[in-house]
Amino acid sequence: MNFFLQPLTLLTFFPLLGVLVLLFIPSDNKNALRWVTLITTLVTFGLSLWVLGMFDASNPDLQQVAQYDWIQVAGWNIQYYLGVDGLSILLILLTAFLTPISILSTWTSIEERVKDFMIFFLLLEVGMTGVFLAQDLFLFYIFWEFTLVPMYFLIGIWGGPRRVYAAIKFFLYTMAGSILMLLAILWLGIYGGTFSVPDLIAQGNIPAGVQTWLFLAFTAAFAIKVPMWPLHSWLPDAHVEAPTAGSVILAGVLLKMGTYGFLRFNIPLFPQAALQAAPWIALFATIGIIYGAAVSYAQGDVKKLVAYSSVSHLGFVMLGMFALNSQGVAGAILQMVNHGLSTGALFLLVGMIYEQTHTREIKVYGGLWKITPVFGAIFLIVSLSSMGLPGLNGFVGEFTILLGAFGSQAIGNAWYAAISALGVIMAAVYILYMFQKMFLGPQGEIVDEVKTHGHGIRDLNWREIATVAPLLLFIFWIGLYPRPFFALMAPSVDKLVAALQTAALAMP
Amino acid sequence: MTIQVDLTPILPLTFLVVWACVLLLVDLFIPDDRKGITAALSALGLALTLGWTLTQIGREPLAAFNGMVVLDGFAVFVNALLLVSGLLGIALSFGYIKRMKIERGEYYTLMLFSIAGMMLMAQASDLIVVFLALELLSIPLYVLAAFDRPRTESEEAGLKYFLLGAFATGFVVYGTALVYGATGTTSLGAIVEFLGSNGNPSLLLTIGAALILVGLGFKIAAVPFHMWTPDVYQGAPTAVTAFMSSGAKIAGFAALLRVFATAFPSLAVDMTGVLWAISALTMILGNLVAISQSNIKRMLAYSSIAHAGYILMAFVPYGNPEVASVSVAAGLFYLVAYAITNFGTWGVVIALERAEGRGLEIRDYAGLGRKYPALAAAMTIFMLSLIGLPPTIGLVGKLYLFRAVIAGGFTGLAIIGVLTSLISAYYYLRVVVTMYMQEGDPQRSRESFLDLTTAFTAVVTVLVSIVPQYLFAWASSAVLRLF
Repeated sequence: MNFFLQPLTLLTFFPLLGVLVLLFIPSDNKNALRWVTLITTLVTFGLSLWVLGMFDASNPDLQQVAQYDWIQVAGWNIQYYLGVDGLSILLILLTAFLTPISILSTWTSIEERVKDFMIFFLLLEVGMTGVFLAQDLFLFYIFWEFTLVPMYFLIGIWGGPRRVYAAIKFFLYTMAGSILMLLAILWLGIYGGTFSVPDLIAQGNIPAGVQTWLFLAFTAAFAIKVPMWPLHSWLPDAHVEAPTAGSVILAGVLLKMGTYGFLRFNIPLFPQAALQAAPWIALFATIGIIYGAAVSYAQGDVKKLVAYSSVSHLGFVMLGMFALNSQGVAGAILQMVNHGLSTGALFLLVGMIYEQTHTREIKVYGGLWKITPVFGAIFLIVSLSSMGLPGLNGFVGEFTILLGAFGSQAIGNAWYAAISALGVIMAAVYILYMFQKMFLGPQGEIVDEVKTHGHGIRDLNWREIATVAPLLLFIFWIGLYPRPFFALMAPSVDKLVAALQTAALAMP
Repeated sequence: MTIQVDLTPILPLTFLVVWACVLLLVDLFIPDDRKGITAALSALGLALTLGWTLTQIGREPLAAFNGMVVLDGFAVFVNALLLVSGLLGIALSFGYIKRMKIERGEYYTLMLFSIAGMMLMAQASDLIVVFLALELLSIPLYVLAAFDRPRTESEEAGLKYFLLGAFATGFVVYGTALVYGATGTTSLGAIVEFLGSNGNPSLLLTIGAALILVGLGFKIAAVPFHMWTPDVYQGAPTAVTAFMSSGAKIAGFAALLRVFATAFPSLAVDMTGVLWAISALTMILGNLVAISQSNIKRMLAYSSIAHAGYILMAFVPYGNPEVASVSVAAGLFYLVAYAITNFGTWGVVIALERAEGRGLEIRDYAGLGRKYPALAAAMTIFMLSLIGLPPTIGLVGKLYLFRAVIAGGFTGLAIIGVLTSLISAYYYLRVVVTMYMQEGDPQRSRESFLDLTTAFTAVVTVLVSIVPQYLFAWASSAVLRLF
């Protein structure tokens, strides 16, 4: 029984309890289904706060470890091994935080097959939390692949018109990368005699030539998930077709699994390969930043615009991470959270207006601010946060990343940072362009069209405000006082960077 | 003492065959509308044999008839799997053959004979016995494939299976003859001894071994000996297909594993390349052709070919003594994973099949997720298992196989393995897409044994992925006694 009372085990598997309850609720009792799911996810969030409460920010190592032998026969050495440290604590919180918000956003937008939807959502939460906590490669892989299945259903059943195409594309793209990682994992398991990541890092004697191959195999999985240019083409399809809650989780958490993977596995397991790859990653990240921003500007569909902006924003995360210094890595982790908050909020807001108008064409909107002032104001704040206005969260992350990238020895070239800084300006262009078209200027045709069907476009109601308000809180908090967030991760980040410096000295 | 040693290894076989013979007579007195009794008696026979087999786990290996038949850990493992397959096969058949109006008592006895042949195959340690077992397992299957006469597809399946099967058996016999010519013996143990004292194997022996590989390759539906598979799987009554696709494959692999790992390790230099190529081709072709199938039985036939390719991966490192035992254990585990998943999948197919072959197109599955959520959920689990995704036994099986192959130094083959798994995701997911994302009104038959089988296999598929260690341990200990 002790096994299930471990904080991290409880946090990971608690949503399964909700699934169990949901199975016994008749599918036509939609409100009961929604409430049970919401309460389950809120309790899970509470559990994540409990974990935070016990978290010792000054300790750079894994904490609250749950470690048991799992498969110890026939030459396998697989452990059930969960742990949290500064690299993952914020992502755990983000996951547990965004899930109830997403559930709240589905209150009126998901009317079909509510029971299935909620079950898949809770299963997804189990998978995501597991990915961020697993410290055994085998266990990690199982959680990692497991997240695919519920997300595939969420897109495929409740998505837009091209949902089946988008769902399969999402599935196959992601699986293509992860199966290569699987082979690398098996190789590591055979070579090191264990799948435990801390043990493998401690052994640290992987030959440099092999490191490159393993690094590439892991990169295949994570770069697709992030997604890094040029492997991003599944993302716009998946985002546009996914239901709002799916988009929020996809942008907010699933993409972070990719960046987190680099941080947790690629860099510490293959430090020499990471140092060698840094300029290349920086190159692709920079291209992604500029490309994502440029393509965003050209989009007529607001959801697609936000989707491409993710490519750009995650380019920043990758750039900062592969600066391989404390500033860059810390900025990257914070920017992962920021992107989850800002883009998550943008998708929520787009979903709220879509629910009323059933269109995402930017050009049919216009002058919305007059009709819906609250919605307009919130949308403006979130947009500004996404483009990195000082005083809001995005600025802190991007600024730290650029600082790190400018001074990075691993990248070795300040031009990448300089060009990437242009991406910040471009973000202002496409975001303000979108905001202006939708909220300012003459009234768009959609306003009248909605009126012909009834009472016209309404402003946000209390439930919708309650859905986005927590996000706004953190957007301001991180923007104005980011220190506690940096403090949580700093020791772990320093430890990671110190290990890299040791590896750099050992390089020929 | 000597008598006991001679008969114990073939006790389960003898028991099963006698039981089947008696059942043939008893069946004459069972009225046509109560053939369920025959089914129950057959299942009882299998269950008793299974019970006895399970008591043999961990015993010392036994040999009988001058070492022609053995009962070792490997044989016990395979026999247990075959008997479970037989039980699942009967459970799937019971309602189905009644519904398809092909219920005749011989059906069950033929299954028993076939299982006896399969078990003999797993226990054979002499090439002559391999041949004997091959015939004993195949002939009842030929009849079963044609059981739905006068439906032409079923007759065609039976005839095709028979002609090509007989041809393939010829290869095994000819191979055996060449091996005898090269070594002067057909006993696996004596072959090993001969090779040990005479150094390099002759060309004659290599050709003989290759011909045996061809003949058994036919049974397991490996490319390029797979041509019969789609037509036979599609034409045969679905319950027979379910049984055949698991049972015959298990037996074929058991024989291959034993013959190659015991008698021909010294041929590894020549054989590894051949096995590598067959395995790669089988995975690639099976998965690629499955994409374009619209009939679920044909799709599963190609999927079955593809999975033969995965299991064949276990053979590639067989000449390397350090990983041979791991890879054989991986092969055994994958056989279990495949058999369980396979029976579950066919169970769903049988539940949705209606008279005159309707309900067998993939598009007939549209709307299943909404109308029969439990059935669709089970099918989803099986599809995930066939792809090799968590949380299913298929994933664990594939990991075990890939690990063995990588440990053997064949990373290239492992890469082909994962890439073809990716291809397979496309067509397995199409079934899931159809079930959940398209509208339709499927009809299912409710039969308690069928539902029970589907539920049981679905639960096992998930459960073993969470606690695979017991089966791992059994599979790896089953192998050690092979050598």
